Amino acid sequence: MAGPSLMDSLFQRSLDDIIKGVRLCPPGTEPTFIAKSLDEIRREVKSTDRQTKAIALQKLTYLHSLHGVDMSWAAFQCVELSSSSAHSHKRIAYLAASLSFNPSTTDVILLLTHQLRKDLSSSSVHDVSLALSTLSSICNPDLSRDLTPELFTLLSSGKPFVRKKAIAAILRVFEQYPDAVRVCFKRVVENLETTDVGILSAVVGLFCELAVKEPRSYLPLAPEFYKILVDCRNNWILIKVLKIFAKLAPLEPRLGKRVVEPICEHMGRTGAKSLAFECMMTIVSSMSEYESAVKLAVGKVREFLLDDDPNLKYLGLQALTMVAQKHMWAVLENKELVVKALSDVDVNIKLEALRLVMSMVSEDNVMEICRILISHAQKSDPEFCNEILGYILFTCSRNFYEVICDFDWYVAFLGEMARIPHCQKGKEIETQLIDIGMRVKDARLELVDVARSLVIDPALLGNPFVHGVLAAAAWVSGEYVALSRNPFELVEALLQPRTSLLTPSVRSVYIQSAFKALIFCIWSYGKLNGDDASDPSALTELVAKCHLEGNSETVACESLSDTEVDNANMVIAGGQMSSASSRKYHLTKESLEGLVNLVGTNLGPLAGSDEVEIQERASNVLGFIELMKPELYGHLGHTEGNGMKGKLEASEVVKLMFDVFSEELGPVSLSAQEKVPLPDGLVLKENLSDLEAICSDVKFPLSTSFSLVHSQIMEKDTASSPECKEESGPSTESTSLLAEHRKRHGLYYLPSENKGTTFNDFPPAHEPKDKTIDEAEDLAKLTEESLIIKKKQNQVKPRPVVVKLDDGEGLNVAVEKSKVKTDLISGAVREVLLGNEATTSSSRSKSSNKSSKRREVDRIPESGNDIVNTAISERSNVGSGRRKHQTHLSSGKEKEQHDHKGKQKRDSRHHKHKSRQRADGAMNIPVQSPVIPDFLL
Amino acid sequence: MIRFIILQNRQGKTRLAKYYIPLEESEKHKVEYEVHRLVVNRDPKFTNFVEFRNHKVIYRRYAGLFFSLCVDITDNELAYLESIHLFVEILDHFFSNVCELDLVFNFHKVYLILDEFILAGELQETSKKAIIERMGELEKQE
Repeated sequence: MAGPSLMDSLFQRSLDDIIKGVRLCPPGTEPTFIAKSLDEIRREVKSTDRQTKAIALQKLTYLHSLHGVDMSWAAFQCVELSSSSAHSHKRIAYLAASLSFNPSTTDVILLLTHQLRKDLSSSSVHDVSLALSTLSSICNPDLSRDLTPELFTLLSSGKPFVRKKAIAAILRVFEQYPDAVRVCFKRVVENLETTDVGILSAVVGLFCELAVKEPRSYLPLAPEFYKILVDCRNNWILIKVLKIFAKLAPLEPRLGKRVVEPICEHMGRTGAKSLAFECMMTIVSSMSEYESAVKLAVGKVREFLLDDDPNLKYLGLQALTMVAQKHMWAVLENKELVVKALSDVDVNIKLEALRLVMSMVSEDNVMEICRILISHAQKSDPEFCNEILGYILFTCSRNFYEVICDFDWYVAFLGEMARIPHCQKGKEIETQLIDIGMRVKDARLELVDVARSLVIDPALLGNPFVHGVLAAAAWVSGEYVALSRNPFELVEALLQPRTSLLTPSVRSVYIQSAFKALIFCIWSYGKLNGDDASDPSALTELVAKCHLEGNSETVACESLSDTEVDNANMVIAGGQMSSASSRKYHLTKESLEGLVNLVGTNLGPLAGSDEVEIQERASNVLGFIELMKPELYGHLGHTEGNGMKGKLEASEVVKLMFDVFSEELGPVSLSAQEKVPLPDGLVLKENLSDLEAICSDVKFPLSTSFSLVHSQIMEKDTASSPECKEESGPSTESTSLLAEHRKRHGLYYLPSENKGTTFNDFPPAHEPKDKTIDEAEDLAKLTEESLIIKKKQNQVKPRPVVVKLDDGEGLNVAVEKSKVKTDLISGAVREVLLGNEATTSSSRSKSSNKSSKRREVDRIPESGNDIVNTAISERSNVGSGRRKHQTHLSSGKEKEQHDHKGKQKRDSRHHKHKSRQRADGAMNIPVQSPVIPDFLL
Repeated sequence: MIRFIILQNRQGKTRLAKYYIPLEESEKHKVEYEVHRLVVNRDPKFTNFVEFRNHKVIYRRYAGLFFSLCVDITDNELAYLESIHLFVEILDHFFSNVCELDLVFNFHKVYLILDEFILAGELQETSKKAIIERMGELEKQE
């Protein structure tokens, strides 16, 4: 081995060679060069010569960190090199390890445990600091558990430099192995009293991280933090302490009272913007009930807003957003600055300003704000324009259109938004148009008008972003066609040639809506003619009943006798513009005929469309027209008796279709299905094993019929069943096919003699009629019950009723899931802190029989002394805890037994956790689930 | 807490990347790509903060190099912005007038400085002098 090794070290390329080589590579040859170098490295890294190995590893680390080369295969070599006595080798090895090891997937990490332990207790500060850095990057539960004693020692190291690093690293250990808290926490707390700035910074940083996760546990330390807040002059530490107080103050009102003054003092005194910002954030987020402090903070915010530095302006806006939740006056005071920020160059600032503006929205000013924003949106770049639209849509629809009183305005506004050229929020507008249509009856009239203007505009059809809106508009016009000023015009608009630009799904909505409108026209016409003679008011009544319960509008069809018969087939009567209650359009034979022809010609070609949805709907309409034609002509002629008969049938159909379409659609609760009671005898969750028995019963005779080879044997078995034999008689292919079929669908070929009994077991497919009706009634009742009508009175104009379902519709279900997860760390911390304050005599006596050697062990606070009912389980815990530390302390000698002991340790740990869990209901998290920082989703 | 620190040039080549949370290699590359795209086209007049997934990236540009720190949403932007500058000052002092090539050829030393500066995602030392002294000691160890 010496030969190649020597060769390697003599001719090995240095790190610089590699770096230069990569840089000099002609474009495109870099991968080849790297691959070649990797081959070398693979060979060199196995060398027995440490120097060669080190350089190889360093080269590999370079390629890994700057060129993204995989180096997971060299993990073992890192471990090997780390044991080198030369600090420079160690450094290379640990750097490679900390950059390339993955705590959860690199399995050789455990082999590093021993070396890390050795280096952590080394006399060289450099080795110790290296080991601490590495440990903090590759920490996993096993490493944390095994190295806790070493860290514990380092926490009171005489060298501040080492101590501060140990404190920083211990956070990772706590996260991975919460039990370490019991051992080390007290020493960490002791460090709060240090005078060394570095150590203090580290320990405050540690508490800041811990407190963000679960602040309550750290309340007992408030006096220490307060001292730092008052005495310390280091901005970095002050910022961290402020963050801690921002978390603690809301939990303890007295605390806020104490700290608000020093915080204001810092804010007034400091020249550092970062500290001033932290002070004001602390005040506005956690101490918003102290008026004078908030006033001061808002003054500071204004300074930020007026600053030229975009960063400060942005942060000022952020702070203002936070104030806005409780002190709207602060926003109003700075209103002009906020509106100005809307036209800033930086999109971050614009967005923040937009959020702020939206937070100001209330019932009274929603129209004004939306007006301002929409004019802003039209001037902005497409991206920001859509941000604005998105925010408007979101805010206005929040909590069932809470802020909207005037739905007529809002609906018209939605239409306006859809027409903005850059608008890409079609999907959301679409949803809201339909949603309002279903929920807010009073808005339907305006909605239909808006829909009409959208549908009728040929220019919109060319913009794919508004297709969704158009689909909604078409649906609205079809669904509420009775409110339309002119259904004829509507049908024509829905069938205009440019609709070919629409996507198939939207187009089918168009066709369906045209169908609805057509039916309505024909029906009205028929009604008009049929009931003409009788009472005209009856018609009005009927229409009103069908469509507009509670609405004052009625549809009046002008009579046939009208002399100004059409220049086109639809004419908007002058009267319709005047008021909604007198909407009239010409309904004549000719116009109707023209309409039917129009529909026929336009949809004719679509019957051969490739798109099934379009094709099918077009065919439906065409079929209907075919049916109608004789009736229409008959009606026109008023002569043929034959026609009369057809007419009768056709008008039946029209009525039927009309009834179908005029059935009102309402919002359906998401949980409606759950509310349907389970019918008696319907078993859904029962195991289907019984079915197997039935199936096997069926198969048995089948097998005989299938294979005739064994028929002699079978004959004996099946002698008692003559039918089977009969069946197996004709040995043709068809029988076997039939048998195959039966085998597959065996279930449905239950033996005839079983029929009666089997069917008795299952509920009959058709229950007696009355029961079905009952169920339908139940369902209807449920729907009624589930509708809660929300009324909100407004003096100026009554807010229309918004139909709302009661069962938390729209509420995010995920909210439930995000229940505060009690942290294992904080649980342990609480035990330590509270336990320390009331150390019971029993624990003292217990610890007194420990030898002085294990002083550290005595420091382990008795966990959970404050919780009385855990006393029993705790006693056993303490025992197991000690056993564990004994093992750790003597582990130097018992290296061989390490593995074995490790197992034991783990066992005891499990046990400990189990009992603790049982005792403390709050900590019901599985022990083995590692505490992973929730990074990036 | 600092989630990661990345040094990239304008072309998006990573010059240094240190992650203080465990991430898969593929995820790291994705993050580097996304961060570069986020910061590279921002105008110098813009804010130095950008939202990134559920966190925020605080970046600073020095000549052709972008220094990006990813921190928690609740962290103090201004303080970290200052700390980036401090880091650059340290590098500048250590390499006396630092340039991109210094960082490439001495990548291991840059990591070493970084380890003195940030540990476990927390700022370790805010004194430039202390770090420079410490680096001097480490140089002697070689």
